[in-house]
Amino acid sequence: MSHTDPQQLDAEALYASLLEQVKAGIAGANEPAIVGIHSGGAWIAERLAKDLNLTARLGVLDVSFYRDDYAKKGLPAEVKPTHIGFDVNGATIVLVDDVLYTGRTTRAAINELFDYGRPARIMLASLVDRGERQLPVAADFVAAHTRCAAGQALRLQQTGDGKFSLTLEQNHA
Amino acid sequence: MLNPQLNKHGELQHLLTTEGLPKAIINQILDTASSFVSVSDREVKKVPLMRGKSVFNLFFENSTRTRTTFEIAAKRLSADVINLNIAASSASKGESLLDTIDNLSAMHADMFVVRHSQSGAPYLIAKHLQDTKQNHVHVVNAGDGRHAHPTQGLLDMYTIRHYKKDFTNLRVAIVGDILHSRVARSDIHALTTLGVPEIRAIGPHTLLPGGLEQLGVRTFTNMDEGLKDVDVIIMLRLQNERMSGALLPSAGEYFRAYGLTPERLALAKPDAIVMHPGPMNRGVEIDSAVADGPQAVILSQVTFGIAVRMAVMSILAGTQA
Repeated sequence: MSHTDPQQLDAEALYASLLEQVKAGIAGANEPAIVGIHSGGAWIAERLAKDLNLTARLGVLDVSFYRDDYAKKGLPAEVKPTHIGFDVNGATIVLVDDVLYTGRTTRAAINELFDYGRPARIMLASLVDRGERQLPVAADFVAAHTRCAAGQALRLQQTGDGKFSLTLEQNHA
Repeated sequence: MLNPQLNKHGELQHLLTTEGLPKAIINQILDTASSFVSVSDREVKKVPLMRGKSVFNLFFENSTRTRTTFEIAAKRLSADVINLNIAASSASKGESLLDTIDNLSAMHADMFVVRHSQSGAPYLIAKHLQDTKQNHVHVVNAGDGRHAHPTQGLLDMYTIRHYKKDFTNLRVAIVGDILHSRVARSDIHALTTLGVPEIRAIGPHTLLPGGLEQLGVRTFTNMDEGLKDVDVIIMLRLQNERMSGALLPSAGEYFRAYGLTPERLALAKPDAIVMHPGPMNRGVEIDSAVADGPQAVILSQVTFGIAVRMAVMSILAGTQA
């Protein structure tokens, strides 16, 4: 697997690649739906839903109530509402995150989805996989692999016209 | 002066009163609560935030409704809830309040939800926990004497924000037994912090406490005048159990002067909402036609109250000592 330099990630090109993968991956799937994780994953999910004609089956998750670091860090100051407007039971859900890293967010998101019902299948889509997993989590659709230093964060941004960009930031935490 | 509700980082350590509660924290509670509202509509009405935490409901004064809503809120956060009807147990055997607290702390309590007829009891408990280096234990005031009922105040703010969106252009009237009402005090402080420009208190002279003007509240003894053009009407229950001496002639006479009827409601803005902390006395402070009418949001208050209490408990339980 080849790794892209984190400074060279072209978010728009990655989105196009991810869209093609998801499109092929859910062809023929039963009751497909798209669920994005706040905030970057939600932006991507919104675009995927539009491009795949699934806007009626779009959901957003804020995993704050399911995180495993609550005892250490408490609740974040800003928790966004989770909204799942379709029946999760029996659905094929494409769970979307912007950057796949430790896998802990994915674990929290899967737990939250199950509190809405029993999906037939959950697939994971991510723009970038930066490795360093701490849980047995693997993506079904990934547009690029990269590596970053532990103190760095890849942040997805969206401009007013909906276009994506990825920037490498130093974590101050 | 150090705010006894906040830790050294300015985070919420206990919830004792809305007085002096920073606007940012009030907004954080209301924002978090809006995320909890939808949890109650799901197949699994629970989130795992407080798994393994023990919440002790200490009700030194009876209140089935408030105790139940705290219990539901804690259970929807996956906490273990222990209800102690103190009035019928240790206190009646002569144990002091702080001895009761120390005993329950030794049972590894993580949070105390305290209702007490004496103003200041929750503060006393919070201070004792601090003095005995038990900063990991949190206190929520569920109503103390005439002093404060902060979660009711916050759920009232949530309800007002839900229906009116913006606080800074509102006229809010609080009607009835302001003198004995900890709800009125908690509402007035929170409304002021959130920037409500005009707060009115309406009631007979005998039920309007001194010092309201110093809080920036306009007082009215004539209800028709007080209700003119208001956006929000908060009705209070006539607290018979706190009424000693002849503050009022009779329930019937009270209704004639201060009962909220459809005719009086028409004096407020056409889109005014009617709130009541419950339990309601129909025909004493509120007419059934109003209580069941389209402008009443009284049952929404109950639903929002659970989400607000979930927000308060989950923010507190996540605050480090």
